[in-house]
Amino acid sequence: MDLNTLWFGIIAFLFTGFLFLEGFDFGVGMLMPLVGRNAEERRTATSAIGPFWDGNEVWLLVSGAAMFAAFPGWYATMFSSFYLVMVALLVALILRGVGFEFRNRHAAPAWTKFWDAMIAGGSLAAAFIWGVALTDLVKGLPIDANQHYIGGFADLFSPFSLLGGVALVSICLLHGANFLSLKTEGAIRARSERAAKILWLPVALLAGGLGVYAALATDIFSRSTLALGAGIGAVVALVLSGASLLAGRTGWAFLLNGLVIIGLALAIFGGLFPRVMVSSLNPDYSLTITNAAATAKSLEISTWFSLTLIPVVVGYQAWNYWVFRKRVSLKSAAHI
Amino acid sequence: MDTVMLARMQFGLTTIYHFFFVPLSIGLSFLVAVMETRYVKTGNEVYKKMAQFWGRLFLINAGVGIVTGIVQEFQFGMSWSEYSRFVGDIFGTPLAIETLLAFFLESTFLGIWIFGWDRLNKYVHLACMWLVVFGSLMSAFWIIVANSFMQHPEGYTINNGRAELSDFSAVLGNSNVWVQFPHVLMGALVMGSFFVLGVSAFNLFRKRGDFEFFRRSINLAVLVAVIATLGAAAAGDRQGEFDAKENPMKLAAMEGLWHTESGAGWSLISIIDEQNHKNLFELKIPFVLSILAFKDPFHEVKGIDELQAEAEAKYGPGNYTPPVNVLFFAFRGMTGAAGAMMLLAFLGLFLAWKRRLATTRWYLFIASFGVFLPYISNTCGWIIAEMGRQPWVVNGVLKTEQAVSPNLTATDLLISLSIFAVLYIGLAVADIFLMTRFANGNRVADFDAHTEAAEESDEKLLVGAY
Repeated sequence: MDLNTLWFGIIAFLFTGFLFLEGFDFGVGMLMPLVGRNAEERRTATSAIGPFWDGNEVWLLVSGAAMFAAFPGWYATMFSSFYLVMVALLVALILRGVGFEFRNRHAAPAWTKFWDAMIAGGSLAAAFIWGVALTDLVKGLPIDANQHYIGGFADLFSPFSLLGGVALVSICLLHGANFLSLKTEGAIRARSERAAKILWLPVALLAGGLGVYAALATDIFSRSTLALGAGIGAVVALVLSGASLLAGRTGWAFLLNGLVIIGLALAIFGGLFPRVMVSSLNPDYSLTITNAAATAKSLEISTWFSLTLIPVVVGYQAWNYWVFRKRVSLKSAAHI
Repeated sequence: MDTVMLARMQFGLTTIYHFFFVPLSIGLSFLVAVMETRYVKTGNEVYKKMAQFWGRLFLINAGVGIVTGIVQEFQFGMSWSEYSRFVGDIFGTPLAIETLLAFFLESTFLGIWIFGWDRLNKYVHLACMWLVVFGSLMSAFWIIVANSFMQHPEGYTINNGRAELSDFSAVLGNSNVWVQFPHVLMGALVMGSFFVLGVSAFNLFRKRGDFEFFRRSINLAVLVAVIATLGAAAAGDRQGEFDAKENPMKLAAMEGLWHTESGAGWSLISIIDEQNHKNLFELKIPFVLSILAFKDPFHEVKGIDELQAEAEAKYGPGNYTPPVNVLFFAFRGMTGAAGAMMLLAFLGLFLAWKRRLATTRWYLFIASFGVFLPYISNTCGWIIAEMGRQPWVVNGVLKTEQAVSPNLTATDLLISLSIFAVLYIGLAVADIFLMTRFANGNRVADFDAHTEAAEESDEKLLVGAY
């Protein structure tokens, strides 16, 4: 395997890791006002992701930086073409992150309510934006021969990309509901389990609709057996996750819905390969793992660092989840 | 306004704002780790309370620092796509290493540290904080490696219309890295120590909270402040020498020196007429600039006009002079604040030696304002570093005006700039509100873990928990 392919794989891995991990804390962020009936319960719900959400978010930052290092053309074109959308994403991530840090620092109801709204709204917006962006990547954007985006703000939105946004939001909601069912007790747990059951059908419709739309509007399934396999795998996992929910097997439901996310991500990256951004103007203008890449020398350096560090990171993040494996309750929160 | 100017304003805003929080995160994490180490070694509860009280302030600050850092990472691609394309082969790698090595470490172990007080044994818990410190050092190091390529590019060849990596050891061994990194690091330690110094002084002055708690805090802070201010000055001196040799235009602009002089004096204050390339008034100390820059009172220091002519001969017609007034006053802001801090640190050391530090009221009063000084010096320092390389984004290689994303309109940038400005003002208000609230000495009592009041009400124990 050449380094360009390897790096496409590393970025796909990192971004999939981001979607899986931050996916449930986006979901928890959105659900927190619904499953928590008062400030205390909402605090407990957020503390379920308290030790994790920041580490999860870094998967996104690493994905972005890895794009910059391995495929500067991809990084440059993608982030500049989505300019205002990225601004919105940044605002969402900032308000949501600060919300986690600030909400419990002052007991006034207006203060907590405000930051809870920021957490929920920020999580919703961030999930939606990534849904839009990922569908745009495979559907194609007006990119010219010099790898420059020549469309406007409105060209980023189509029925397909809006469906992608809503679908990702729904999947994150279900993922978050499953996570809360596993990590909380009592009333919050009961409400989360109920939410998961209610959410399953909309997720199935939206994700299924997205898959059908993608088959009609893009070439990802016809050009890549990996994408097709991943898509079919996602459907199977989705059906099984529904069955697990009905059977009350929350752990399985969480893992299976996680597999749905992984399947969707694999379908997108598999369908893209070897392109990284599709041009809707001319297939020859598409950015690929070759024409958007850094030099072999630079990739080699990045490879040494990342192949050494990624296993270590996965190890200590797993330890983090192990340390805080217990369900959270009102009494189990931190000291400071 | 043109897009380049707007994009620069936005970069300046987001970067300066982010750097309000970064040095305090680095410096304070180190001090908190030292406090917790003392606790683990001696078992003295007051050190645990110190680690928790200062740790909470660290967390509030880091909360804003971490999220505003996301902007830093995305904005190269967003507003400076042509820069990203041009330097990505070199600049992207240290950035990726930073996220992989530093961000993961900081965010994961900080999460464990916050929630792990009762969950982990105290050695493991302490190790988590030191890993956070190590992570923030690594973050600073790799971002300086990246920034050094802009200041003083090395280890590249121009190929395929972009800068391509030719020698990674040259990128890493870039002499600018080893001058700038110690300077930034010491600046961060200055920030951390003056924060603890100032807040402790204020609480001691107002007689708020536990005397013993703040006496120990201020003693530690003064000790670190002495080392850090000396270190920052020494590192800054090396930075000056480096710029005199490698970046003479930055030095000349910083000094408002229009014409080459041998045995150049150092101007304490000047009124600079940038348009007509002359100074209307200057108050100069003879020979000092030559001494500072070259350690030789008679050495020649090149002036802006000569350097401008040299640059035109080398790069073609154009304006190669950075904004002189900004750099001149930023340098005086940085060194002025640094001098005041050094004075405060040594005065504090003297009083500590006399065992009067925690009780000398006039000192405590003055030192309370010390909190603001490192913000001035750190901000001015970055203004010098970044505006001093204008009109270049990569010194001598790529101009800032060539770096901006071609698809952006002035409207796009006006929208984003206003959004960031409003957001940042709002965050600053919330942050200052919380910082002043939790810097109040009476809040030390939040950490009296085993008092009856705390047993009765979870509320107390859970203050600030997620």
